[in-house]
Formats: sequence, structure tokens, C-alpha cells
Amino acid sequence: MSEPDSWRRLHPLSPIVRGGRATIGAATLLLLSLVQGSRGSSDSFVELAIVGIVVVLGFVSWLVTRWRIEDDDLRIESGVLRRQSLRFPLSQTQAIDIVRSGLARIFGVAELRLRTGGSSGATARLDYVAAHEAEPLRARLLALAAGAREHEGAPQPETVVEERVLTTVPTGRLIGSILISDVGILAEAVLAALIVTAVLSPAAAAGVIGVGAAWIFTVLTLVWRRFNQEYRLSLAEAPDGLRLRSGLIALSAETIRPGRVQAVRMVEPLFWRALGWCRLEVDLAGKQRSKGEGQAERRPLRTVLPVGSRALAEELLERIVPDRPPVQSPPPRRALWKSPLRYRMLAWGRSETCVATTSGRIRRVTVWAPLEKVQSLRRVQGPLQRRLRLATVHVDTAGRSVHAAIRDRDTAEADRALVELSDLARTERRKKRR
Amino acid sequence: MNESWRRPSLRLLVLRRLEVAALALAALIAAGVVAALGNTVVGLACLGGVFVLGLGAERFVSRRFHAWGYAEREDDLLVRRGVMFLRLSVVPYGRMQFIDLTAGPLERSFGLATVRMHTAAAASDARIPGLDREEAARLRDRLAELGEAQAAGL
Repeated sequence: MSEPDSWRRLHPLSPIVRGGRATIGAATLLLLSLVQGSRGSSDSFVELAIVGIVVVLGFVSWLVTRWRIEDDDLRIESGVLRRQSLRFPLSQTQAIDIVRSGLARIFGVAELRLRTGGSSGATARLDYVAAHEAEPLRARLLALAAGAREHEGAPQPETVVEERVLTTVPTGRLIGSILISDVGILAEAVLAALIVTAVLSPAAAAGVIGVGAAWIFTVLTLVWRRFNQEYRLSLAEAPDGLRLRSGLIALSAETIRPGRVQAVRMVEPLFWRALGWCRLEVDLAGKQRSKGEGQAERRPLRTVLPVGSRALAEELLERIVPDRPPVQSPPPRRALWKSPLRYRMLAWGRSETCVATTSGRIRRVTVWAPLEKVQSLRRVQGPLQRRLRLATVHVDTAGRSVHAAIRDRDTAEADRALVELSDLARTERRKKRR
Repeated sequence: MNESWRRPSLRLLVLRRLEVAALALAALIAAGVVAALGNTVVGLACLGGVFVLGLGAERFVSRRFHAWGYAEREDDLLVRRGVMFLRLSVVPYGRMQFIDLTAGPLERSFGLATVRMHTAAAASDARIPGLDREEAARLRDRLAELGEAQAAGL
């Protein structure tokens, strides 16, 4: 960082990494044609020409892309025909994440991703910079974002934000938990069925594999994706929020600002409950669907704790949603007619700032929604509920996957809850506006 | 909650009844053709069936119409609807992201419009159909004004 204000280019290997799978495909093709090079020279000439053109295009795109820090803005310019100049105000930055895909790790580069607040959630991407530069650059950008003006010749390496690791998930426990989770058991059942059929009659097994290949593949992908994403997941507390790092092949690091959390849920599948394990997921606001964001970033749900004890979950929850109410009041007995499977799980509670509900048929799902995030409240009563004098109150938040519903309460209680919650939510909104 | 509930325009009920009547008329004509040309007994049974169904639909439509209601409170809008499934939504003005005012061709010919309030939550459900055009415009402007005054963001 000797000359802070000059234009800089990205890492020269960026186009290759950005190409991702296409690069791998092209490399394989090239290798194949080289191996079989002796036959038809015109064929391999065409292939070489195509590869050459792609390489030149990649080089040009690298050549015209440059970035620099101007005062409090990050500027990125790119494009030949359609010149694009992006000015990203650092003061608006909510989080700066470092993401490293598998290919990026092979080539020793990393991507810096800057995110603004709001539901539009614009992102600026520096893909890619050298891996060893990524961390200092992030710290510098964060320091700038925090309003600390940069001093000449003082890049302040000590501003690398201090983090305190709260928890890391041991690999053994992760594997064990996946094996007895719902997806895992499904995968095991499929595999067991396959093995049994293969032993009984190999021909039938081949047929089954042929027919159900897509399904088998889907289930295995689910299991694999979960393992890959949650491998060595660690959660750390940083001044700007919770830092989440994880990944086996693709590494990702992300910062969850406390204000972005719309709702939190704790999931306890059937077999996990015997071991006292649970899973914590956080629902974030936003419709970030900008091009090029990975699958993991598009999901609004973030796993904060893939598997852990209740005590650990409580400790983490304390940091995400303080002042959690106890969830204890069960619904009236007649709710058994309406939700026989759910009845044992149903309960709710509220404090001045937060509402909590539990539900679920086989697994238990506990949801906490901060009242300052409540978008609207709905009281719904179906025909059966009307006969039983029950009603459900839904608490809508901007999160898309976690939904808090106070199910099957006595009508009078539901009405009271509706009034109380809308009053409390109003107070919270006012507090925030001031 | 003691607040003054307002209802959609009575013309919405007229519109809904006309829709039912048009459908029933088409079915009646079909049944009449069957009665005249083919099997008389079956045709007459169809006529009777259509008549009963039509009456049932009319009752359904009018009950649905009477279930609609909305109330503007100091800080939030209440919307209630539904006969089988009773729904009551509480949408704070401060959470409003934008307001839709739509009017389909049928609604337009009756001088009606539908107002819909959107929040950041997809599940929020604040739609009021069949408002007088002036009332719809008034409600839209008032909601926009209140929404701006109390905006709370995400």
C-alpha cells in the first residue's frame, strides 16, 4: 500500500478463476486434444484458436479493469465496449466479506465483497486480489468506512479488527449430526435400499439406479452441500457484528450485523433431541439477488451453529437476541383436535422486545422475532378453529424462511396478543426512530 | 379495539352478483339446450341444479362481501376479510413500502379500484378491493402521507 491513490489492477489470474467451471472444461479439452494431437491437425488448430481467443478476451478484461480508493469511495472501472464505472461509498458499507472458491484457493487469490445496507443490498466485488493482500485490504477499507481517515505512510496494520472466537464446530460432531438429521437419514435409507437390492438381484439394482439416478444424486448433493458449507464453521464476535467462516472446498467469511437479523430459529430434529443437540439459523433481510453472487449468499437463511448443545445455543442467542422471553404457555387442550401432532410442541411467550414461538410436528422449531422487526400482524381463524374457539396469530417479518406463528390459542388470548404485540411493536419502532 | 370499520362500496356486491348471474345464465342456456334437444328429464334436472348452485353462489358472494372491512387507526391499518377463514391484518403505516392502486376493466366500468399496501414481509396481506374511485384515491394519499411520516425502515 505504498501509493494509495493510484489505479490498481486485479490479480492477473482473475479471469481464469472467474471462468470457474468453464476454465476447467477448457483445460480438459485442451489436454485431451494435446494427448490425441496426432490425429487431424486442423481439428486441434480450431480448438487452439478458440482457446486463444478466450484467453485474449480474458486478458483484455483484466487489462481494462482497475480500481482505487478515492477519499471515501471505492472506484472500480471495467469494460471495453460498455464502460462501467462504479463508485461505492465506503461510509455506506455494512460488511466486507472475503470469499474464496475452490479454484481461487488453488490459485491463491481471494474475492472481496462489499455490501451496502438496505433491501436493495448493492454489492461491489473485487474479484480477485492476491490472498495475502485480502485481509489487510479489508481492514483498511473497514477503517476507512469507520470514518478513520487514512494517514500517509501509516497503513495501520493494528486496525485489523479484533475477533473473539465464540465457537467452532468439531468435524466429528458435524458428521454425526448430519448422519442422524432428516436429510442424512433419507440418504442412508436410499443407500441401504440400493445395497439390499444389489445383493438380492444386481440386475434390478442397475435398473433402479437408472430410473432414480436424478433422485439419488439430489439427495447426495444435499448431504454433500450441507457438509461442505458447514465444515469447520466458526463464529466469532467482532466489533461490527458476528463473523461467520466456513467451508471445505469453497471458503467463505461473512459478517452478520446485528441489525440485519429479522428472526432466529432453533431447530431440534427428533434424534438430535435425545443428544441435546440443536441447530441455530438466522434469517436476514434483503433481496440480494445480484448477478454472480454464490448460492450461499442468495439464501436468506444463515446457519450460525450447525450443531451444538442447548447451552451453547443459549449463549449465542444471548448475543443475537437479548431479552428472550421464556416459551412456556401451552395452548388449551382442545387444540389437540386441531393439531394432534403439533400439540406437544406448541407454545409461545413474549417480552418487551421479542416474541418467541415453538412449533413443529416431528422436529421442534423455536422462533424468536425481535418486535422492532415486525412488519405486520395477522390473526387467522379457520373453520375448525372457529368451532373450537381457537385462533392463530402470525407475526410477519421481512425474513423469508423463518416465520413466527402463535398457533391455536384461545380466541380471547389471541385477540389480547394481537393488541399487546401491536402496541409493543409500535413502542419499539418509535424507540428506533428516535 | 373499538374503531369505526369501513366497507368496500356496495357496487362491488353488485359487480360480484352480476358475475355470478352471467355464469349462471350461461349454464342455464346450456341446460335449456339439453332439455330442448335431448333428454328432457336430464335437462330439467340440470336446470334445477344450476338454479340451486346459482343461489348458493350468490349467498357465498354476498357473505364474502360483507366480511370485508378496514379501519384506519392512529398508527396502523386494520383489514379484515374471509368467511370460512377469518383474517384480520394489522399493518403499521411505518412499515409500508409502497401502495398499489389497481382497477381491472370490470372494476373500472363500475368506478371501483383496489388498494394494496406492501411491506417488506411477503406474508403481509393488506388488500382492500372494490373501493369507490375517490375513496381509493383518498386512502392511497392518506396512507402514503402517514407512511412517510412514520417510516421506520427495515
